[in-house]
Amino acid sequence: MGDPKGFMKHTRQVPKYLPVDLRLANHEEHIEEFSEEQVQTQASRCMDCGVPFCMTGCPLGNLIPEWNDLVFRGRWKEALAALHATNNFPEFTGRVCPAPCENSCVLGINEPAVAIKLHEVSIVDKGFAMGWIKPTLPPSRTGKKVAIIGSGPAGLACAQQLNRAGHAVMVFEKSDRAGGLLMYGIPHYKLRKEKVQRRVDLLVAEGVEFTFSCHVGVDVTWEKLKADYDATVICTGAEQPRDLAIEGRELDGVHFAMEFLPQSNRRNWGDEDLAALHPKKQAIGAAHKKVIVIGGGDTGSDCIGTSLRQGAANVINFELLPEPPGARPNNNPWPQWARVKRISSSVEEMTAKGGDVTYSVATKRFTGEAGKVTGLVTVKLDWSSGKPVEVPGSEETYGCDLVLLAMGFLGPRKLGIVEQIGCALDPRSNVQTDPDTRMTSVPGVFAAGDARRGQSLVVWAISEGREVARCVDSWLMKHESLLPSVRIEAFAY
Amino acid sequence: MTHGLPPAQGLYDPRNEHDACGVGFLANIKGAKSHAIIRRGIQVLCNLHHRGAVGADPLDGDGAGCLIQIPDALYREVCGFALPITGDYGTGLVFVPRDEKSRAACMQALKQAAEAHDLKLLGWRDVPTDNKALGTIARTTEPTVKQVFIGRGKVTPKKFELALYLARKQAENTVKREHLARGAKGADELFYVVSLSSKTVIYKGMFLAHSLDEYYADLGDERAVSALALVHQRYSTNTFPTWDRAHPYRLVAHNGEINTLRGNVNRMKAREALFAHPEIGEDVRDLKPVILDEHGSDTACFDNALEFLVRTGRSLPHAMAMLMPAAWATKAKLPRALKGFFEYHATMMEPWDGPANMVACDGERICAALDRNGLRPARYLLTTDNEILYASEMGTLDFPPEKIVAKARLAPGSMIMVDTARGVFLEDDKIKDELAKAHQYADWIESYKITLDQLPAPAQPPMPRHEHIRQQQQAFGYTVEDLKVVIAPMAIDGQEPVGSMGDDTPVAILSNRPRPFYNYFKQLFAQVTNPPIDPIREEIVMSLTQYVGPARNILDAGPEHCRMLELDQPILGDMELEQLRQADVEGFRGTTLSILFEAKAGPEGMEKRLEELFIQAERAVDNGFTLLVLSDRDVDDEKAPIPALLAVSAIHHHLIRVGKRSQCSLILESAEPREVHHFALLVGYGCTAINPYLAIDSIQDMVDSGVLPQLDGNTAADEEHDAVYHYTKHYIKAIGKGLLKVFSKMGISTLQSYCSAQIFEAVGLSTAFVEKYFTGTPTRIEGAGVKEIAEECLSRHRVAFAPLIDPNRDLDRGGFYHWRRDGEFHMMNPEVIALLQHSVRANDRSTFKRYANLIDNQAKNLCTLRGLFKFKDTTAIPIEQVESAESITKRFVTGAMSLGSIGTEAHETLAIAMNRIGGRSNTGEGGEDPRRFERDANGDWRRSAIKQVASGRFGVTPFYLVNAAELQIKMAQGAKPGEGGQLPGHKVTDYIGWLRHSVPGVTLISPPPHHDIYSIEDLAQLIYDLKNANPQANVSVKLVSEVGVGTVAAGVAKAHADLVTISGCEGGTGASPVSSIKHAGIPWELGLAETHQTLVLNDLRGRIKVQTDGMLRTGRDVVIAAMLGAEEFGFATVALVTVGCIMMRKCHLDTCPVGVATQNEALRKKFNGKPDHVVNFFRFIADDVREHMAKLGVRTLDELVGRTEYLEMNEAIKHWKSKGLDYSKILAKPKAGPAVNTRCCVAQDHGIAKILDRQLIEKAAPALERQEKVVIEMPIRNSNRTACTMLSSEVARRYGEAGLPAGTIDIRFTGVAGQSFCAFLSNGMNVSLVGDANDYVGKGMAGGRIVIHPDPRVTYRWDNNAIVGNTVLYGATGGEAYLAGASGERFGVRNSGARAVIEGVGDHGCEYMTGGHVVVLGKTGRNFAAGMSGGIAWVLDEDRRFGGRCNDGMVDREQVSADTEELDVLKSLIENHARLTGSAKAKQLLTSWDANLKKFVKVFPREYRRVLLERAKKDATDRIAKETVRG
Repeated sequence: MGDPKGFMKHTRQVPKYLPVDLRLANHEEHIEEFSEEQVQTQASRCMDCGVPFCMTGCPLGNLIPEWNDLVFRGRWKEALAALHATNNFPEFTGRVCPAPCENSCVLGINEPAVAIKLHEVSIVDKGFAMGWIKPTLPPSRTGKKVAIIGSGPAGLACAQQLNRAGHAVMVFEKSDRAGGLLMYGIPHYKLRKEKVQRRVDLLVAEGVEFTFSCHVGVDVTWEKLKADYDATVICTGAEQPRDLAIEGRELDGVHFAMEFLPQSNRRNWGDEDLAALHPKKQAIGAAHKKVIVIGGGDTGSDCIGTSLRQGAANVINFELLPEPPGARPNNNPWPQWARVKRISSSVEEMTAKGGDVTYSVATKRFTGEAGKVTGLVTVKLDWSSGKPVEVPGSEETYGCDLVLLAMGFLGPRKLGIVEQIGCALDPRSNVQTDPDTRMTSVPGVFAAGDARRGQSLVVWAISEGREVARCVDSWLMKHESLLPSVRIEAFAY
Repeated sequence: MTHGLPPAQGLYDPRNEHDACGVGFLANIKGAKSHAIIRRGIQVLCNLHHRGAVGADPLDGDGAGCLIQIPDALYREVCGFALPITGDYGTGLVFVPRDEKSRAACMQALKQAAEAHDLKLLGWRDVPTDNKALGTIARTTEPTVKQVFIGRGKVTPKKFELALYLARKQAENTVKREHLARGAKGADELFYVVSLSSKTVIYKGMFLAHSLDEYYADLGDERAVSALALVHQRYSTNTFPTWDRAHPYRLVAHNGEINTLRGNVNRMKAREALFAHPEIGEDVRDLKPVILDEHGSDTACFDNALEFLVRTGRSLPHAMAMLMPAAWATKAKLPRALKGFFEYHATMMEPWDGPANMVACDGERICAALDRNGLRPARYLLTTDNEILYASEMGTLDFPPEKIVAKARLAPGSMIMVDTARGVFLEDDKIKDELAKAHQYADWIESYKITLDQLPAPAQPPMPRHEHIRQQQQAFGYTVEDLKVVIAPMAIDGQEPVGSMGDDTPVAILSNRPRPFYNYFKQLFAQVTNPPIDPIREEIVMSLTQYVGPARNILDAGPEHCRMLELDQPILGDMELEQLRQADVEGFRGTTLSILFEAKAGPEGMEKRLEELFIQAERAVDNGFTLLVLSDRDVDDEKAPIPALLAVSAIHHHLIRVGKRSQCSLILESAEPREVHHFALLVGYGCTAINPYLAIDSIQDMVDSGVLPQLDGNTAADEEHDAVYHYTKHYIKAIGKGLLKVFSKMGISTLQSYCSAQIFEAVGLSTAFVEKYFTGTPTRIEGAGVKEIAEECLSRHRVAFAPLIDPNRDLDRGGFYHWRRDGEFHMMNPEVIALLQHSVRANDRSTFKRYANLIDNQAKNLCTLRGLFKFKDTTAIPIEQVESAESITKRFVTGAMSLGSIGTEAHETLAIAMNRIGGRSNTGEGGEDPRRFERDANGDWRRSAIKQVASGRFGVTPFYLVNAAELQIKMAQGAKPGEGGQLPGHKVTDYIGWLRHSVPGVTLISPPPHHDIYSIEDLAQLIYDLKNANPQANVSVKLVSEVGVGTVAAGVAKAHADLVTISGCEGGTGASPVSSIKHAGIPWELGLAETHQTLVLNDLRGRIKVQTDGMLRTGRDVVIAAMLGAEEFGFATVALVTVGCIMMRKCHLDTCPVGVATQNEALRKKFNGKPDHVVNFFRFIADDVREHMAKLGVRTLDELVGRTEYLEMNEAIKHWKSKGLDYSKILAKPKAGPAVNTRCCVAQDHGIAKILDRQLIEKAAPALERQEKVVIEMPIRNSNRTACTMLSSEVARRYGEAGLPAGTIDIRFTGVAGQSFCAFLSNGMNVSLVGDANDYVGKGMAGGRIVIHPDPRVTYRWDNNAIVGNTVLYGATGGEAYLAGASGERFGVRNSGARAVIEGVGDHGCEYMTGGHVVVLGKTGRNFAAGMSGGIAWVLDEDRRFGGRCNDGMVDREQVSADTEELDVLKSLIENHARLTGSAKAKQLLTSWDANLKKFVKVFPREYRRVLLERAKKDATDRIAKETVRG
């Protein structure tokens, strides 16, 4: 611990977003620059707790107190090593993670938490800037071959870990680029796509192989995979979106968020023929439109920010659940994840542009003209009983040109490879595995990430990928894996 | 053979027994014999009665005895056969079996042995005894007492004593062999030759002192005459009738304890192979074993060693000085010849170290010697009749004042001798001068002894550093924490790092991870039976010196012995190791033995390699190699290391067994050792010097990689510039300091005596394994054997050399100190802490149950010993039938955490909560705000029911004591048993300073020992003092769990404590060096069960309550603790967590972010705990307990106490490492008759019903009731102990802290006051004493005045004769004392407010003083002002040598300033002294005051000066500010 009294001297400071108009001008990251000294001062606030709860908040078990201290001391290179020891891709989590670690930071009991995420991103950015992050090849090869289905954060983490253990790894990706949600889900202004590609390139340099535009189960059968590989890992994510089966759903202009966001990201790559991606071969744009985003989560936020950047006339947002409290309620104490109201940068932008979030509201039906959506009707919900009850006479009508559905996901897509393999699903329709070995009901087939645990955070996906790699390695090598492990289950508080 | 002690059973082991005692002698210096000497000698003993103890039956004493010269006239008349002239026959009492056949065999053995040594057995006499006076237990084992007479036969007069000795030893060996063959062990088989000499005879037995001459009619017979009588009254920690354990032994009687015994015994055994003596020849075999019974008492072993040296030709004082040398090696200037004498003998004999007042007599001479620390009291007086009376106390015999020519004390490390043959009395310098002059010792040392720099530089350079240091570190189990938490801080700071909040990781055997082998061993520490030492403040007695080289025949007295290589400390750099390895000069030839084994051979490979090493080591010794370097260099993918400790100890014990150990030194070259505990173990198991090459390489690596910063430069010489050199030096220094701390914890002063002393307990190792490789080490729950240990090594090795893993990857994170997600398991982990806090804050029992399940359901992480227990299936009862939660919570207490260590808010919150539920909170050390003594308006009470009395005595005043329901004497604390503490000045706020009666801003040091408890009878005295200070309060004693704690607890019960607490090593909240947190003390399950079993076995359980603490967290924990023997339960860590603690482990940094453990105002504002939270917690626990009880079918907690039959081991959840565990010893129930209580149900008899103070209180009634002045005149004697204290407590109770107006009660005594005279004196009491006093005068006095001066009729000078004993004014907070004479050791220790004048003091004067004024009008001993942080002392330095006797570590010595205020203080004190005592010295000083003033040296603590200056500056600023405002 650098300065035992740092937390008593300094308050929390994190880089602020630049003014809204500047942000909305393009799809780039617009965030205040922080000097190394500022970051080091922030790092001095870490108290090097005897029981660092931050490590329980973090699904990766990041060695937070250790790299905080190293940042404070300006020992960036060692900090990078400590960071990479548990996290394959800190440049992703350092940007898009909601930082559950900070929720469980001990300082957070009665002061603003340590700026852990700031340290994380500063370390890894410095590492890339200094050229410290280089491909490391395994000292030797085992001769075992592993197929990984899906190149999202879980698949990538799993690939890198298994490659380190000396196995030959092939990643199958149905899209044309690797990264999954990292590449096509999260907007560019939150995570520049070059950063995703940079990491993928490193994996390739380390020896991980990719097969793109290959939809396993369609382009290649399970029989073939089984014959060619010693083990298979399902990292296909939870792509099945939750739908809204109400009147008018079929109208043009009502889209799933994941139809909208990838197109936007592709535009930033300069890709053409965006409509090709859409099931109905539609290009979706928000420019000059009145946009309603249904769903108050991260995906909803991304839709809001992206719509605004595309030049939407206005954007409003509906959330089914009631407005969360501003501070922790008594039944949600530290170090639990705080169920409090958080205002994302996108919501902030929306508010600045005259839009807002409406809580406790359900959509009853869409209205349209000529097959195109023109509005929708909502009803207020009363949550006082703990269950939603429609408030009589509270119906309201809103006009709109574009409705984006961001109401969450319901597990992996059921058709295709999962069906072919025939592995069992859990009651929540995710791929079921043994909790310890991570193996599905089919020997040699493993699962990780959202496909296994359901829709979750990037940080969980990386954690899952690492853990499944360890399990695969043990299974392949018939002895306990030497790949690092953390207690991966959530903490029971 | 010790008969009478029960055999080892359960956790009880007779090896742990201790004794302590009162000792004394009366002699006529000119050798005039009389019966009166014997009669009065026994009288001395009777007056020492209170230093002994009684068992369950008041007649069952612990033993008493008497040594006298042979009363020839008596024996001649009563023996019934003709005796040769005096001196031509030897005689002695012999305890023989009552069974006729066995008895005949024993007597025959003695007869044959006599004849074998050309002696003639003249006959046997039946010794008349009268067993009326025996207690019931003593009577059961009373032996038949015979007296043997043996004629000189053909033996020359000079060799007669030797022949008697050899004959006795031969007979002892014969009977022992024969007993062994028959398996005879019982008390009725006792064969014990009490003594056998032509000069002395000893009478002893299991009775109280006053029964001595009743039991042995001989002693009462007028015909029995002697010029000397050496007497002894024993206080043992048991109630077993062990006739042979009474003192005196053949030569000695002893008060104290030999701490280094195991090492001394082992080494004596190792020497035996080399014995040769020209006069003894073949009979040399009869000398062996020198120590007849290795498991005998420490005194018996010492006596064996002394007798061996004396009978084989060394004089009594010579042998005594060999075994108990003074602290000669330190800066105190000794004459060259004397230093040479000590150093020469140090090369052949390590000190038998420990607190000892040892009196030895060979029939003509009596030598009395005190250990180097002077830890036992020893006072003597000389009379005009040529008599000398020596005893632990003054006043044991009355003499007319005018007959007394001197009253003195024995100083630390010194000796006195009465030589009745020469008719002289010799003091220390005379005796030692004679010894030193016998040979040219100093010259011998100069020509034979060498140091490392005299060895040639090695031909080959040291081995280069390994290329893959990470891989080496992996192979030896290094973690990131080892580097970051252990090695780096030591390299930077030169001392061990400090941590807080105890240890909550599993013991090694229950850990899922491979743990360093060292972790299976726990350090032992001193508690009660001997004191730990302060290695910093009392550095003068400490030494790290080791001698390397082969031992020689100890019976030879030539110069060759000191052909030794002296190492000033045991850690070798790489170059130094090469010097030794490559040494090839006379006496020093080095060779290397590899301690690696073939990894692919698996676990069996290690065992096989050890066997090979045994052969190789023996062969090396046979080939003349004297330095065996055991090395684990060159570990690679094929070779794995044997744990270095295992290799060292295995070879050490093997060489002892084959008689080759003393011919070589074991030196270790190992990558493994890195922290203090490792080095302590290696030395403790026989290693002389250690090269920790990987630790050193790691330092270099950390410098290379910048973890350790480069040095700034400029300040140091070139070599010092080198960062690696600098850090390595610091690291080695830190290890050295740490070692001093480890062995000082046990009360051992020198590394030489610590070496191979094996002061450890194994936890989780199998008996077979320990007996083979760590012979003699206690291990009690079985566990891992050689295969499991090898498997742990191999698993580390596999990880390090796994082919696919990057050899330079990061090390394992560890998580041993701080919780880490992928690290070692911690009991207080995030889930536990969070759930606990959620449950108590929301008052939600369901959350609490989740918390409890997390702890109680231990399938994945075994963690604690209790985790492996299971309740047996029994018939449940409805919960309504179980006693109420309210009655259960009364048994709960919170831990002793001082206000200072935790903040006011946290402290008061705990107190309020405990008072609400009828439990008790504990002040901890540091006093309590008197405003908390009264209830608040809302009915809450912030008073802590338990008031702690710890070694610093901070805030311990009469008013504090009377406001307690329980007074707890803290002997040790779980986090750092055997260590003191320190509250740095910046933490001593105004409030804390006020509470502790000290100066804010001045550092406060709590010494490691209580300076009034160096032994069990001292503890009894403090208990008695506290009982006087508050007769309504229970007195409790807090001990820490370690092997033998049960025996100590039995002693505590006999000392009349009402309650004993057994603290486990887990938990503990205080700041402490990390190695103490981790490696000292054992889990409470063991200590508690041992305590309960031992107390029941001794029939003492009924009179003392037992409490336990140490990470109790759930109802299940409580129920198990009850079943193992506890009636009350303590909670500290969890209680803190309920009020907000989140285990930051930063308490020592004052940065607690939740405001619990801090004094910082801003942080304390964040404190969020509420009494309700604590109350909820204890209710939940009680509810849990009730549920368990209902399931078990038990209605009251009382029914659970000691009921181990409800428990069994859960066989289902053991894993590979722990599968060998066996709890049968924990679960054992001693057989106890129906009359034996197995839980506390009888009150202790404190013996305060009829004491002197009852009369004082009656006479002082007008003062107490109406504040009228009273004058009381009374005689007093040494058996009137703790006089005036109960009266003082009455004053405090009625008049609070302020007491009565000065002089309201005026008490005038004449005589000799017993111990603790005027302890805890209140304001308003003036006490004067004409005569003298013993130890602990004015202990804890808060006010009033003590005046003591000799009777004006005495003929000696007052100033250089003793007026009071040791440890005077200990922890005094106020009042005045005028003492016209000299004191013993530690005058004014930890004084924080008293003003005193004394005319001379012993060693360590004003130690740890924090306030008050002391004037010394004469000489001081050594180490004056050590650890003195406040107050002022003025010392009259007439011989100008005070400078050499003062410890300047924290103080300046300077002229008395011209400041009139100071002059007035000094002068008025001396004027008072002259007026009140009539002191000639004071009067003379005042007559030419100005000239004499120059002779005074002012001792001024630097910190105190700084604080005074700051305060003056602040006052001035404030004044100016005020004036400005006004202006």
